[in-house]
Amino acid sequence: MKDIKHLVVSAIKDGTVIDHIPAKDLFKVISILGLDHIENQVTFGSNLDSKKLGKKAIIKISGLFFRNEDINKIALVAPEAKLNIIKDYNVIEKKVVEVPDSITGIAKCVNPKCITNNEEIVTKFSVVDKKKVILKCYYCEKITDQDNMRII
Amino acid sequence: MKNRSLVSINDYSKEEYLKILDLAEEFEKNPRQEIMNGHVVATLFFEPSTRTRLSFESAVNRLGGRILGFADSNSSSATKGETLRDTIKMVCSYADLIVMRHPLEGSARFASEVSTVPVINAGDGANQHPTQTLLDLYSIRKTQGTLENLNIFMVGDLKYGRTVHSLLMAMSQFNATFYFISPDELKMPDEYKRYLKSMGLKFYEFKDFTDIINQADIIYMTRVQKERFSDPIEYERTKNAYILRHHMLKDSRTNMKILHPLPRVNEIHLDVDSSEKAYYFTQALNGVFVRQAIISSILGLK
Ligand SMILES: [Zn+2]
Repeated sequence: MKDIKHLVVSAIKDGTVIDHIPAKDLFKVISILGLDHIENQVTFGSNLDSKKLGKKAIIKISGLFFRNEDINKIALVAPEAKLNIIKDYNVIEKKVVEVPDSITGIAKCVNPKCITNNEEIVTKFSVVDKKKVILKCYYCEKITDQDNMRII
Repeated sequence: MKNRSLVSINDYSKEEYLKILDLAEEFEKNPRQEIMNGHVVATLFFEPSTRTRLSFESAVNRLGGRILGFADSNSSSATKGETLRDTIKMVCSYADLIVMRHPLEGSARFASEVSTVPVINAGDGANQHPTQTLLDLYSIRKTQGTLENLNIFMVGDLKYGRTVHSLLMAMSQFNATFYFISPDELKMPDEYKRYLKSMGLKFYEFKDFTDIINQADIIYMTRVQKERFSDPIEYERTKNAYILRHHMLKDSRTNMKILHPLPRVNEIHLDVDSSEKAYYFTQALNGVFVRQAIISSILGLK
């Protein structure tokens, strides 16, 4: 029950804790999940030490629970993220992020000559490699990989 | 295929390729079939391509259809800042089918989502040009009698050449063996080589083709453009390795044919034109029959 003790530090009664976010991508995660537009209490910590990530960030959202397809959207920037679902100060469920088969919106196509970079169009990608998170644009069919991925 | 857009060569299955080729054969025997009966085709050329446009318009005319559209973006509302979305929405209420060429990649896929009528992609930037690929397949089958088990040589710019990428995807359905001949800077991209490996198909890479040319059933030539080289000296050093000359053909297979999407610059020497192995001009003529086949099957007339 070490987890619970750790979470109690800035405990939330009910809600979601997202852990193991790469520190540099904290604000991307916040914007992908729309946490900058909600009324719920949100607290976050950044540049915390992590064996796995070097520097990690953590977000705690009170009174909010995500659907899987929503949480999977953060896979592009935080594929290692882990979720703790909290009810009455207890972790009742743990979830990991799964890279979805396709991505709508969120990322920009790397190809400057792609129609999606020249007209108001919601981007669409199929995920051709889930491990390395490599995307193929549904429109121009070009590959966008992690190194040149830009989040909208 | 009825009512379905043709945006990418991968939109059709092997069976559908063959159906189009059979139909095209029928049109070659009997090109004047006025089956469109007043159907209207919009040809929207946001960038000029006289060759492709005339081929489509000839196909429509021979089918007894009607044409409206524009030949370059200067004469369209796109120059007034209209979005592609709005142009397509307007045009699809005037036409039964849209044929579109556009400089931006992915534009045809997008148009096919917005449009209420099917869209044929006549080239979207460096991405896809599926009717070119189908006419390449037609030319290969016509000259070889089959599409199966052939040695396909691809020569020149294999990195940026969309015609070779699409042809590779299509020919991978027919157990082809591929020979890629290109300078280092313009090699076939890894994603296509990975794809061939996953299909269990053989391919070989060479820097010039003089020693192996006699293995070829089809030589598919492309233009090597100077602008593609980061080092102009490298271009000067390598450019002559990718020019086909008549004397190089003397021991080549009797069935071998030379294809080129045209227009050529200097990659096929003029002395090749007189060879019976030069097929590139006939290849272009086949385009009309293939486009008749595509249009009539999408409109459900065949
Ligand atoms: Zn794209």
